[in-house]
Amino acid sequence: MSGIWRRCFRNKMFVFSFIVLVPVILIALVGPLLAPHNPTQIRPELALRPPMPGYWLGTDEFGRDILSRLIYGIRPSMIVALGSTALALLIGTAMGVAAGYFRGWTEQIVLRVIDIVLCFPPILLALMVVGFWGGGVRNLIIIIGIVYAPHFGRIAHSATLQVRSQEFVESELSLGATHWRVLTRSILPNILSPLVIQVSLTVAAAILLESGLSFLGLGVVPPEPSWGQMIGDARGYIHLHPLYVLWPSLCLGVTILAINLMGDSLRDILDPKLKGR
Amino acid sequence: MARFLVGKLLVMALQVLVVATIVFSLVRLMPGDPAVLVLGTERGADPAAVAEMRHKLGLDQPVLKQFATWIGDFVRFDWGESIFDGTKVTTYVAQRLPNTIELSLVSIALAALIGVPLGMIAAIRRGGLVDMLLSSIAALGISFPVYVLGTFLILLFSFKLGWLPASGFVSFADDPAKHIERLALPALTLALGLAASIARMTRSSVLEVLNREFVLALRAKGVPHAGILIRHVFRNAIIPVVTIIGLQLGNLIGGAVLIEYLFNWPGMSTLLVKAISNRDYPLIQGCIVVISTFFIMVNTLVNLLYGLLDPRVR
Repeated sequence: MSGIWRRCFRNKMFVFSFIVLVPVILIALVGPLLAPHNPTQIRPELALRPPMPGYWLGTDEFGRDILSRLIYGIRPSMIVALGSTALALLIGTAMGVAAGYFRGWTEQIVLRVIDIVLCFPPILLALMVVGFWGGGVRNLIIIIGIVYAPHFGRIAHSATLQVRSQEFVESELSLGATHWRVLTRSILPNILSPLVIQVSLTVAAAILLESGLSFLGLGVVPPEPSWGQMIGDARGYIHLHPLYVLWPSLCLGVTILAINLMGDSLRDILDPKLKGR
Repeated sequence: MARFLVGKLLVMALQVLVVATIVFSLVRLMPGDPAVLVLGTERGADPAAVAEMRHKLGLDQPVLKQFATWIGDFVRFDWGESIFDGTKVTTYVAQRLPNTIELSLVSIALAALIGVPLGMIAAIRRGGLVDMLLSSIAALGISFPVYVLGTFLILLFSFKLGWLPASGFVSFADDPAKHIERLALPALTLALGLAASIARMTRSSVLEVLNREFVLALRAKGVPHAGILIRHVFRNAIIPVVTIIGLQLGNLIGGAVLIEYLFNWPGMSTLLVKAISNRDYPLIQGCIVVISTFFIMVNTLVNLLYGLLDPRVR
């Protein structure tokens, strides 16, 4: 295990994303203690102010402190991203492993469902569901989890096929091991590393999708802040108060970049065969 | 060829039918009674009004009959009226769809115009300035959300330099120059992400073709360098690039949803977002079916294009 850590910290991309993401996660955890103001308190007399002492990044159109809203805005994004990724991992892996292990009609059905879901852009699927069922953190987790489950399904399916065809699985079965035992002890540990890589990619994609929906005003429900929603609100004030749109855009861009780089570097570290592709 | 064509069209029809079915079931699976949601909390409390609305929406029929009616109406372009202002959904769509198609087509063209030459230069001058800039910018372009890129472009071109208006729409018939001015930034924003993938694909594809033996043979024959590049290398390298454009179209349509909203471009997505905020269910249904159908048609077209470019696909 220490070998993996050492390899991680020798990778420059990993170090960069680590330096960006650790503070982001810490702020998500302890944010309320750090924020100088209440993120939802409206002060009309302070609307759209530039940065000043006490309000270090300025205020928004309702006089709310932008810095405090940025700090509070991490949490819903993180909860949605981690929750939906966990859900996608669970559903997708279960479907993919079942399809690759049992074959037959299970495989046919799973693969057809995956094909149908994958043939649409994620944001369109999410809009379809949000349009009828509404936004909010809980709905977003379910929707985004379902949208990204097929990606895990495909990966788990092909990885399972590979492991399944190896002789040690056959010999375990002939020694009388149950399917459950083979699945949990032999198949799952052996398909883990492509799934871990997919997790980091999906977290980034889920934040992207959550912030996209919030940007459209259809994700995290106001007045609870979220970075995407702040960009959406700020777009009407670009000429009056350009810094207002700049801060959440920078935060979101750098965070997603860091998560993507983390995924790339993990792929290099966990799967050296793919390096340089 | 005819069989290939018919097969593709059948798959397309099937996909549209799946979308229509999903939309139909989502409405029926909505938490709460759609009739009450349509009427709002105040009038939704009145049982008579709810019963009347249920009848009007056809919700008092058996589910299978509802489905048959819905598919029948759908095929005949009878998509109902907006709850909000009673305008026909098809009228709205006819207004907005051309704007979305225009924005998408201009973005694709722009992306190809930026991406293909950049990728070729990067491949020919491998390791040079363009090549290095391209690989670092491409990484940024792929992970930045498209609307964040858009806000940066607005801050640069509209706020800082004052060259272009930040948002809005003027119809081409009213004032062509102003129309193009307002199209420029959203189209450029959408094009940049796609251009990055196209450039990367062009680069690797050109490099691969450059290493083939026939290029060496042409050199040995004394064909001029530019002639080899344009007449031989480029033509061989372009097929994978068409593939990548096809694969990226989904991203482009997804991005267009956000970009239309950022720039207040009156297309299908701004209509859909407005419909969702207003809980205007017939309009939501219409928008989703149209956007999905548009997406499916574009994908089918790309598939057909492969068939034309590369007979092995058929």
